[in-house]
Parts: sequence; C-alpha cells; structure tokens
Amino acid sequence: MRLHIKLSTTLRDYVSGYEPERGLHLEVPEGMTVGELARHIGLPLEEIKIVMVNGRHSEADDAMRDGDRVAFFPAVGGG
Amino acid sequence: MFRFLRVNMATKACVFEDVPQEYAGLGGRALTSTIVAREVPPTCTPLGPHNKLVFAPGLLGATNSPNSNRLSVGCKSPLTDGIKESNAGGQPGGHLAKLGILAIIVEEMAAEGEWWQLEIDKDSARLVPCELGGLNNFAAVEKLVEKFGKECSYITIGRAGEFKLTAASIACTDRELRPMRHAGRGGVGAVMGSKGLKAIVVNPAAGSNHPLEDEKAFREASKRFAKALTTHPICGTGLAEYGTAVLVNILHEAGGLPTANFTVGQFDGHEGVSGEKLNALTKERGGEGSVAHGCMSGCIIRCSGLLADKKGKFQSKWPEYETLWAFGPHSGIDDLDAISRYDYMCDDIGVDTIDVGVAVGVAMAGGAIPYGDTKAVLRVMEEISEGTPLGRVIGCGTATTGRVFGVRRVPCVKGQSLPAYDPRAVKGVGVTYATTPMGADHTAGYAVATNILNSGGKLDPLSPKGQVELSRNLQIATASVDSVGLCLFTAFALLDNPDALAAVVDMLNAKFGWKLTGDDVVTLGQRVLSTEVDFNRRAGITIAADRLPDFFIDEKLPPHNTTFDIPEEELHQTFNWIEEKK
Ligand code: SF4
Repeated sequence: MRLHIKLSTTLRDYVSGYEPERGLHLEVPEGMTVGELARHIGLPLEEIKIVMVNGRHSEADDAMRDGDRVAFFPAVGGG
Repeated sequence: MFRFLRVNMATKACVFEDVPQEYAGLGGRALTSTIVAREVPPTCTPLGPHNKLVFAPGLLGATNSPNSNRLSVGCKSPLTDGIKESNAGGQPGGHLAKLGILAIIVEEMAAEGEWWQLEIDKDSARLVPCELGGLNNFAAVEKLVEKFGKECSYITIGRAGEFKLTAASIACTDRELRPMRHAGRGGVGAVMGSKGLKAIVVNPAAGSNHPLEDEKAFREASKRFAKALTTHPICGTGLAEYGTAVLVNILHEAGGLPTANFTVGQFDGHEGVSGEKLNALTKERGGEGSVAHGCMSGCIIRCSGLLADKKGKFQSKWPEYETLWAFGPHSGIDDLDAISRYDYMCDDIGVDTIDVGVAVGVAMAGGAIPYGDTKAVLRVMEEISEGTPLGRVIGCGTATTGRVFGVRRVPCVKGQSLPAYDPRAVKGVGVTYATTPMGADHTAGYAVATNILNSGGKLDPLSPKGQVELSRNLQIATASVDSVGLCLFTAFALLDNPDALAAVVDMLNAKFGWKLTGDDVVTLGQRVLSTEVDFNRRAGITIAADRLPDFFIDEKLPPHNTTFDIPEEELHQTFNWIEEKK
C-alpha cells in the first residue's frame, strides 16, 4: 500500500533529504502499523509524541490503509 | 515596601497608598480584576472618566523564579464591554515589582487632546506633559530612551491607542528596548489613550528583589521549577527552536487551522508559514536574527526568536502562531516576510495582531480587500496609522469590520475575535471561547494542549465529551497562573509534571510565609473567575452571551466535517460553582 508521510521539526533530521513541502511517499506492506512504519523509516519511537492518521490521533499499534496520510510529531507546543 | 500608585489624570495627582487589607495576597490578574470589580462601575462608558486602567505585576514578580515577570493590565474593555485582563512580557512588570509597586491605578481623564507621560522612580511618581503625541511605538520609545536611558523600561501606546481604536494594544519594551511585548487583547490601548496617557517610564534604579520569608526554601523551589522547565521538551527546547509557530503544521494536520475566514480547517500553504520554516530562514539569513530569544529577564523558555531580513538586518520578532495564522491562512497569505512586516506594523501602531489580523480576513470575506493580496493588506495597515476611515474600521477589530462590510461569518464572542483554532475541530477550546469572561480567548483555558498536543492527558478534539470539564479546569488553573505572573508557556510543564506546580506553590509559601496547598491554587482561580463573571453580569452581559456564532453550529468544517455540537446547557455548566441569579 502507498502512504503519504509528513514529519515535524526534529523528526525531519532522521530522514535524509526530507522535503517539507512534499513529505515522503512510500510503498509499504499491507497492514503495517503506525509503530512499524516509524521504525521502518528510522524514527526513534521515544521521540514521537503525537501521530495523526488522516488528521486523527492514532496509537503505535493502529494499522493503516492504502492512501493514508500519516504525520509524526515530537512534543510540540505553543499558544 | 509594597504600595499601590494611584494616578489621577484630571488632577495630575500621583499618590502612593498602602495596600488595603482586602487585596492582601493578590497579584497579577487576581489583583487587576479585583480592583476593577470594586472600583469601576460595571455599566460605565469604557472610554470615559469612570473606567480605570490597572497595571499589576504577579505574585512572583521581582524574585529569582524563572518566567515570573509578566505584567497584567486590567480595565473594562471597550471591545467586549466586560472585564478585561491582558498580560504582557517585557521588562516593565519586573521593574514595577522591584520598585515595590503592586499596582498602578490610572483614573479619570486628561483634557481632550492632551498627552501626558507618567514617570516612576523609587518612591516618586509624576505626570509630565508628553511631546510624543502622534508617534508610533518605536519612534516614541526611541525618544524616551534618548531622554531616560537604557536602564528604564517603557510602556507606550501607538497611534491606534491615540485614536482609541477598540483593538489598540499597550506596548511594553523587551530587554533590548523594543516595544514588542503587548497587552494585546480587548482594546486596553484605547483605554490608555482615552485617559490621555501616552507613556509610562519605569526607572528600576534603587529597586530590589522582594524580601523572602524563607530564602533557602525559595531557592530550592525555584531550582526545581527551573529544572521542570528545562527538562520539559516543549518548555526546554521546542519553543526556543521553533517558537509558537510550530503549531501551524500540527493544526493543519489536525484539520483545525481556520482558513479563508473559518470555512476550511486546512491551508495548502502551511509549510511556508510554519515554525520549521521560521527556524530555517532565521538560520539561513543569520545577521541580526536569532533562534531562541527571551522577551523578559528571567525567561528560560525563550520562545521569541528574531527574524532578520534578506540582508541580515533586524526585521521583526518571530511572529506568534496567532499572528501568522490571522494574516496567513485566515487571509490566504503564505508569505512569511509579508506577515512579519505586518507583525512589526501591529507592534509599532499598537494594535492586537489577533483582532486586526482576523479583521483583515473578515474584510476579505466582505470584499473590502482582495483575498490573499499582500500589497493591499500592507496598504490597509498603513491606513490604521494614518487614521483613514478604512484604517479605523480595521483597527477597531473584527466585530466592527464584519458589521461595516456586511459579513455573515464574523468569528467573535462577546465582541472579541476567535484565535487560531477552529472550535469545530478543537472542541475544548471552543468551550473556552464561548465561556471565558474575557471574550474569545485561547489563553484563558488552553484546551488545545490536551485536545491536540497530548499535554496534560489526551482528549479527542472532535468529540464533545469531557470538553466542558477540561475547559473548566484549565480556566481555573490559568486564572491562577496569570495571578502569579508566570508566562503561560510554563503551563506545559505545569500540566505534565506534578512537581512543577508543587514548586510554584512552594515558592509562594517561601516568599510570603503562607501555607498554601495545590487546592488553594484552585480556590484562587475560582475566586478570580467568580469576580470577573460577576462584573460582567453587573455590566449587563448575561450567560446568554456564552455561545459561539451560529455558523460554527450550523456549518460543517472540512476536512472532518464536524460542527460545534456542545449544547448551550452544557456550556453553561462551565462555571458550575457560580450560582446564576434568575
Ligand atoms: S516564553 Fe516567550 S512569551 Fe514567555 S516570557 Fe519567554 S519569550 Fe516571553
């Protein structure tokens, strides 16, 4: 299945050549979970605070579907 | 050593008063709101002689606590017609505290057309005719610095305040004497203008830190608080590296970034106005720009970086998330330099970036400014300073602008514009917008933390469940934080690390010799809110005003296609300890 992946702030440093506007477009095995995807692209799990799949908060063992947009964030905040 | 300074703009009397017993133990917002509630007739004309303008540093001002030198500004708001507290960073809060001034109460009015400046030193204060009328903040402060020097701090209004525009702000100088830290919301600058007060000069010489009942205990608690801040990922590094602008991308992702006047929750150009972009651009341009800059002494979070222009010259401070959003996605603009320029102009002219930025997007919705047109916006900003009719309309903020241009979707509660989170996709903050006595204000109960940022727990932002309780607890906590003088960005550590709150309580106890517990902090917050709600009721603002405009309830917001579906009866339970008079 194909996923569109977006990374925030410091997580971008773990994927060389990451282009902010484009994000990553990846082909991955069916049924992959959010946590597996993070490991697959080399993100340290302990630095991930928030994951959104199609704009909804998700957990590490949630599975994804073809065409999903997945965004990873470390702890971020403002106001 | 602790006193009030009462300033009468009609007689020019400046009198130091002992602090009356009933105000003991109050600071910051608790103090401004209590003074306003007792001394200002709730039904008075906000820009008339019966309104008062109150400045108060927080309870931990002039101590070695980190991030505790904020200055609260209170009055009856000409924007909401209700009570207002708006607080700012910068140096004056700490300086006033060092002089032992717990509050300045400015009352009555000078003769129409006259401008005065209030000069404050240790043990003396005077009103002096001011020659800075007609100048905006940067030019006014430059002249003041020439005369009074770099050790003083300055509180000023720009031309918007002189024109008494209802979105006018009050500027405080930062550590480098730039008038860029504003008490922005609610038109407090118009109240200062109505009094004929153009500037306040605070000379901290001979001032000192406050005495501490138990120095050792204070030092230890302060260290613990500092540690809680520096080890927290947001307070310790995140805010310094990316500013509050880091929120652009995550709110876009969550579908809660209000775009094109609250018609969509995502903005295609979000990367171009993001915190990541601000960080990259600042590093790339170098020069006078800088990542991580603190706006006041004692700030260890340092969210307020500086952006240089293409030649490396100082352009402006990093725009806050709300500023970026209002002039950006809300107004269809993805040009960071243009937005930074507007931010500088807001600081200079002295207007709230939120109410004016939102007004710009609302004017676009009404056809008065072409959507996304950066040049047209620049022109409109200049017009605020020139005082043209259009400039004055925009400078009066969103509600006025919406009315003038016949706009149906006017995103305001109690006359004050909504900030940068769509309440249909971040429902907890929607409760805060609807119910806070301040008029729509995210800082009054920042449910975004728990709804979106997983800070202070997690709560589904799209579900109505639990949002009233969340907003209630946050509004209570915030009223306390605002009274202590803490920058609200300490709240992430306060929410996530129990020892942070314990350390703050320990500092208060060690300073004053109190025996507070965490519960007393809740009681203080509730008391402040009760006082504010009561003022509003006496001003004629009923609980019926605690709601969002219809379009948030009627129209679905893409991409999640949700509406704001928390029933009014539930919203009205937010302050469930207050008994409404029938
Ligand atoms: S965290 Fe930001 S707003 Fe708060 S005191 Fe520091 S620089 Fe100012």
